[in-house]
Amino acid sequence: MSKVTRFAARDPGPAARLAGFLAHLRAQGLPLGVAETGMALTALAHVDAANPHEARLALRAVCTGSLEEAAQFDLLFDSFWMNGGRVREKIMPGTSAGGPKPGRNSRAAEEGRATGRGKADSPDDGQDGDSPADADGNGNGKLIASAIANLMKKDLRELVHADDIRAAELVALRLGRALRDRRSRRRRAARTGSAIDLRRTLRQSLQTGGEPLRLMRRRRPDRPLRICALCDVSGSMVIYARPFLAFLAGLMRADPDSDAYLFHTRLVRITGALRDDDPLRALGRITLLADGFGGGSRIGASLAQFARTYARRFVNGRTVVMILSDGYDSADPGDLGGALAELRQRGCRIIWLNPLKGWKDYAPVARGMAAALPHLDLFAAAATLNDLAALEKELARL
Amino acid sequence: MTDWKTLQSDLAEQGYVAGAELAMALHLSLALGRPLLLEGAAGVGKTEIAHCLAAVKGTNLIRLQCYEGLDAAQAIYEWNYQRQLLAIRAAAEAGETGRDVEKRIFSEEYLLQRPLLKAIRQPIAPVLLIDEIDRADEEFEAYLLEILSDFKISIPELGTLDAISRPYVVLTSNGTRDLSDALRRRCLFAHVDYPDRDTELAILARRCPGVERQLAGQIVSFVQSLRKEDLEKKPGVAEMLDFAMALLGFGINDLASDPVVLQVALATLLKTRNDRAAIPTEMAQRLAGRAA
Repeated sequence: MSKVTRFAARDPGPAARLAGFLAHLRAQGLPLGVAETGMALTALAHVDAANPHEARLALRAVCTGSLEEAAQFDLLFDSFWMNGGRVREKIMPGTSAGGPKPGRNSRAAEEGRATGRGKADSPDDGQDGDSPADADGNGNGKLIASAIANLMKKDLRELVHADDIRAAELVALRLGRALRDRRSRRRRAARTGSAIDLRRTLRQSLQTGGEPLRLMRRRRPDRPLRICALCDVSGSMVIYARPFLAFLAGLMRADPDSDAYLFHTRLVRITGALRDDDPLRALGRITLLADGFGGGSRIGASLAQFARTYARRFVNGRTVVMILSDGYDSADPGDLGGALAELRQRGCRIIWLNPLKGWKDYAPVARGMAAALPHLDLFAAAATLNDLAALEKELARL
Repeated sequence: MTDWKTLQSDLAEQGYVAGAELAMALHLSLALGRPLLLEGAAGVGKTEIAHCLAAVKGTNLIRLQCYEGLDAAQAIYEWNYQRQLLAIRAAAEAGETGRDVEKRIFSEEYLLQRPLLKAIRQPIAPVLLIDEIDRADEEFEAYLLEILSDFKISIPELGTLDAISRPYVVLTSNGTRDLSDALRRRCLFAHVDYPDRDTELAILARRCPGVERQLAGQIVSFVQSLRKEDLEKKPGVAEMLDFAMALLGFGINDLASDPVVLQVALATLLKTRNDRAAIPTEMAQRLAGRAA
């Protein structure tokens, strides 16, 4: 892994290589422009660029803007400069489709243009000095995973169609509107508004020698609720994954403030991936993120992790946490109750949408579900997009 | 020795032990003239680095603490209305004409400089610390972007004020909300994490030279193991230093020697009721025993 990539003799030089690296980062979804390429070159001039460690530190400071990106950067740096590229490039075929023009149909594009140099349909054969241990060590990739792991893998793009997403977008738009249309009871200072703000008008009149020339106004500000959706993709939920994932994708595209997560045995934030321009490519990116999709579920642990990490940043009194799950938890149900109670303390509202609830004679007997019930603001059935659409009225009442 | 290592050792002289990633980001931000965005948990020394940078550079530190509802009048400039009114009154009694008075009261003399304006009007480039930018509103963030990109402030009554010197800008964020992509793009980024054992020992040795080596090792091990526990609010470096000072004040030189004192001193590390409940006396003793 520590071997430095050997570039071809006809390679035009360091500047072009760096431009190539930035293009490589861009293709993997880092938001970098031409200005960053220039800045990266300047940055390298200020450090010992021949030292890989220094070059890595410098480029990371320039090219990344958040912790997630910084983590991603290290892998991408290795893959480009440190000759570790073949394995990693291949495990991200879905994201490499963004060529010069933004690809609208990732299916067609990805087959021809996947950037990995290895064989697309078989494990790497360990040539070029790549040790077999290396391939094993990175065994979370789609193409190098073992046969057993492959059974667990589902490509979400096979489950969800573009039409679904469009329909879901409409539903999400309506739900979002139902939640968002809130107005405060109090009035606050605003540029335009129905009432005159006497206090500020007087204060402003000081500037004009006591003449109230400018009238300040007040209005009721909007107090929109943000949706934060957590979708269960464990084995028992696979049949419902299609409407739910389409819904998440639609939600992300319809409402720029919303947030989405997947969980099975662990939790992944998919907000960034779902906002990809191409809806199908977005699902491709999630497939990679949701490694272990269709396996067991640990709802309690995932929610506790959510409450402790992301919720601190993104959940407040104006958030609706929407959990899409059937409540079958393989771990202790006490965890689930505790996690929800902790979440509750942040002042958010919690909705649980359970696909099983629509069944005749359903009772929330799954122990996890029973532990969760006292903490929920709304417990409703939802198995299809239509069910979700029907929630509009309920949400407006929250 | 390269430039960033020099900076790292300069910072160490000021009592700040910076990791390679942070030192490099800081060096580049100085070299490229870009703002530096620091993210990380509370209490890992994000604000402190601006103080130390100012000391290294031998300039002033100008600090803008952000909060919800921060507006231009508090962050950039405001006219000194009281003085203006007084000037108008005085002028009226002296019989001055309107034009002259107007010109006078809308001059820089009557302008109250708030941190952002102050930072660009210094003869020597200061360090501008914009603390907890995530607490400010998004509109303010947009305004800040404009100032950070061209270092000019236009005041309608006065015209555009150019920067006399370009401040070194450090922004910190605790991640209570997502910052805009535009702001992230404009800045260099470094994530400040809890320090590893050796770094934390070095910090403790710099900041509290009175702590003996054995106790210092115990304190750091204890705090680091506490961070691995399931706590609501993990103790940061600042808390660790408080803890060390508290123990020093009690005159203790072995962490496990007195359970009562340890429990009292824990008040400097655990700041919520749930966290206090999560670490009962026996557990604190066990951790302390392991640290010793």
